[in-house]
Amino acid sequence: MQIEDVFHNSDLLANAAYLISAVLFILALRGLSSQETARRGNMYGIVGMVIAIGVTLTNRQGDFNALLYLAIGVAALIGAVLALRVGMTQMPELVALLHSFVGLAAVLVGFSLQLHGHVPTAEGIEVYIDVIIGAITTTGSILAFLKLRGSVSGKPLLLPARHFLNLMMLSAVIVLGVMYAQQHVTWELGAATAVAGVLGFHLVAAIGGADMPVVVSMLNSYSGWTAAAAGFMLDNDLLIITGALVGSSGAILSYIMCRAMNRSIWNVIFGGFGAAPPPSAKKAEQPAGEVQEIDASTLARTLGDSKHVIIVPGYGMAVSRAQHAVRELTEVLRAKGVEVRFAIHPVAGRLPGHMNVLLAEANVPYDIVLEMDEINHDFPQTDVAIVIGANDIVNPAAEDDPTSPIAGMPVLQVWKSKLVVVNKRSRAAGYAGIDNPLFYKPNTKMLFGDAKSAMEQVVTALKAE
Amino acid sequence: MKLGVVLETHSGERRVAASPNVVAKWTKAGWAVDVERGAGTAASYPDAQYEAAGATIVDRAAAWSADIVLKVRPPETAEVAQLREGACLISFLYPAQNEALIAALAARKVTVLAMDQVPRISRAQKMDALSSMANISGYRAVIEAANRFGSFFTGQFTAAGKVPPAKVLIIGAGVAGLAALGAAKGLGAIVRAFDVRAAAEEQIKSLGGEFLTVTIKESGEGQGGYAKEMSKEFIDAEYALFRAQAKDVDIVITTALIPGKPAPKLWLKDMVELMKPGSVVVDLAAEQGGNCEYTKPGDAVTEHGVTIIGYTDLPSRLAAVASDLYGMNLWHFLEEMGGAAGWKIDHENDAVRPALVLEKGDKKWPAPPMAKKAEPPKPAVAPKPPERPSKPMTTGLPAPAKSHGPALSPPSRLQGVVLSIFGLIAAAAWLALRYGQADVAEHLATFKLLQHATVFVMAVFVGFQVVWNVTAALHTPLMSVTNAISGIIVVGGLLSGRGGLETPVIVAVVATLFASINIAGGFIVTRRMLAMFRK
Repeated sequence: MQIEDVFHNSDLLANAAYLISAVLFILALRGLSSQETARRGNMYGIVGMVIAIGVTLTNRQGDFNALLYLAIGVAALIGAVLALRVGMTQMPELVALLHSFVGLAAVLVGFSLQLHGHVPTAEGIEVYIDVIIGAITTTGSILAFLKLRGSVSGKPLLLPARHFLNLMMLSAVIVLGVMYAQQHVTWELGAATAVAGVLGFHLVAAIGGADMPVVVSMLNSYSGWTAAAAGFMLDNDLLIITGALVGSSGAILSYIMCRAMNRSIWNVIFGGFGAAPPPSAKKAEQPAGEVQEIDASTLARTLGDSKHVIIVPGYGMAVSRAQHAVRELTEVLRAKGVEVRFAIHPVAGRLPGHMNVLLAEANVPYDIVLEMDEINHDFPQTDVAIVIGANDIVNPAAEDDPTSPIAGMPVLQVWKSKLVVVNKRSRAAGYAGIDNPLFYKPNTKMLFGDAKSAMEQVVTALKAE
Repeated sequence: MKLGVVLETHSGERRVAASPNVVAKWTKAGWAVDVERGAGTAASYPDAQYEAAGATIVDRAAAWSADIVLKVRPPETAEVAQLREGACLISFLYPAQNEALIAALAARKVTVLAMDQVPRISRAQKMDALSSMANISGYRAVIEAANRFGSFFTGQFTAAGKVPPAKVLIIGAGVAGLAALGAAKGLGAIVRAFDVRAAAEEQIKSLGGEFLTVTIKESGEGQGGYAKEMSKEFIDAEYALFRAQAKDVDIVITTALIPGKPAPKLWLKDMVELMKPGSVVVDLAAEQGGNCEYTKPGDAVTEHGVTIIGYTDLPSRLAAVASDLYGMNLWHFLEEMGGAAGWKIDHENDAVRPALVLEKGDKKWPAPPMAKKAEPPKPAVAPKPPERPSKPMTTGLPAPAKSHGPALSPPSRLQGVVLSIFGLIAAAAWLALRYGQADVAEHLATFKLLQHATVFVMAVFVGFQVVWNVTAALHTPLMSVTNAISGIIVVGGLLSGRGGLETPVIVAVVATLFASINIAGGFIVTRRMLAMFRK
């Protein structure tokens, strides 16, 4: 059997249909430029995918193994159940898990080709690249999934010689690649996959929980490049285009995240930084002043008398699933004529745009949810800024203290408002561990307690008024 | 250091430089405070309250001989002689208008700080006495108007019949204008406000006012949060708008000031004539000549049935609160200068230096511009990397359309170039590797590869362009939709899944399975998420 016959889908009609699919995918991404067109965009994506699969299957009907149809059916069911069941707070985990599936599929496609014995000399490199990136994506995504789920500690695993280890593994992958390019031996591909798998795992292990948004979008990018490599391997332009789209999308997202943290991508990937800053740095400057507390009923009264309120949600809101209570608070306040808006920092949460999704889930109108740059200059005119489970993104040390580990990172300037209320889970875990001068500012009051119950208390107190 | 709070002697002035409340803060902080007998009486602060706050009640000469004399109005010429040589005076001064007074003070070799010259920077807001007074004026303007106006502010349906709500037009939405807007709104009127500065729109709307503007695009953003003078076309359009409004509104409150110039004439005689009899115009710019052509500074006149109020002592009519707020401004100002323990004149302090008019008799005003340190009055743009275009706010064009998630601009051209070079190198390396192979004599394969590489590079660029326009709020859906799309690898699974039940085919089936989970899961989850976004 000649490779040209089996794998090169040269049928004109099929290629034309693929082109349509590719355009639909581009339109799908384009649709996301605004909330109004986003749903249509998603529809374009679905249509594009249906065309792609349908054309592939009808093009050479007879040849396909019946199991493939079964696999698609079962998978659609599993995917639908997964997607319909997942809570919006678990979105990051699901996305990470799905990335690993793409990676795994890419590895398997590569191996399938290898085992078919159809890999021509010239295409060895493509198969190899596809499998390697696929393997890194798979293991990396699985670990990211476990970290996001909390099954594995979010602390970075920093082996003593980790850069050296990475380098060794990378060299091994290259050496095996050169070997594989000569003969296309299956064990070489297998060994390389194993090494790449460990590499992917180790790379993500060294990244702390707080940097997960970057990691997830980076893995998103990888899964795209894998698909593109598969396209080269199969001489399929649709795969190349789609892979490139996804790859660049993930890369841009990572770039945006990193810029929002004022760090280079390399620092994130190799830094082992995402954990809390080392304790020595903290002790150096214990901020002066007293932590002042506020209780829910006092806060409710203050809010009732305010005109402009800005809520700054962080990961803490997601953890305690407080978004519905926050929505209720927003509604009660708006009914009283208080202007309530939300300020979203680009790296709040565990996924880019995570907070937006949570607030949308709770039915918060998106036109009162604003980005950092849109709202940051409004804090001086704000009566109360409520920080819910956010810390680094409202830390004034990023602006004032050049020795701070987050120095230079753009932050939400909540301290410029007349009153800042910070909701944190507990007093102990909170300010003992983290150096945030915000908590000690004279216009800052702390509302200790779980975000959800705290917000519910405030709502009850407001309604009782 | 001893502070002296003196009695205001200007006729009709009821304010005093500090309330007992503020004096108590000073004495607690370690200042000695002398208050002239009867200084606070007109503001309803009897001497006993000052004594209770820790001050000493002294006679006129003693109060004026303090180290730092605190006053509201500029001193009268006769009072200058009472200042001790080398002492310090802090009050409103308007140095540009009062050159003779400054000369007299200079001859006395005193240090003089003008509260009206405190810069309008965010940090100095708490010392900004002009804003404190403007706030009071705005409120009082509404009260004065209500006093003269023959109807309710709120619309009412009574058993006897219906009363329409009063319509108030406010010209100039600065501190005073906004305070008036809030007060009029609070009384139940329909309030419209006009301002040439685009930044005012949001503030007006936030207080429940209706924003009026003219269609000519011109920014009125001037220095220090004030407006600048506008072009002829703009003013004509403005007049046309005002004439239309004049027939409709019951109350007009004008607050337009241009620093260092007489107040612009905005409410012309014919506009007054267009107004309904019984209407009221309150001119807060009366002291600078007035915005209304009929304004008589310091007085109220009636022309064509319309009352035009040109009082210049509005803050003084709310003497108690005006004194308290002015006192608090002074308190913050003295604290800024070092407080009781370390009070000094710091030329480097960008909040204090502009207010320094005389230092030991040497003229220090106007202050040289502070290099870089002064913040813009409205920090419209948060710190951000330079390659991003600044938001429309700074251009001052009226009413920038509110965009949800302004698109981040793509990385600069330099990055693009670096990227393409990187891509070319990668492609070249790839080609070299392939040429290195034994049977790549097949030029066909190489040709095909080049074709694919072209498609690839184009797609990467298209991807960059498209994704940069995705709004930040939709980044999570973007991720899940790209995730679904990357399930396109299923095509690979399908293509390799042809044939009988052999190992490679089974592997391909498993690949198809995983990729398909991804497709279904990704699209459905995206759909779910997007369905949640509502306006």
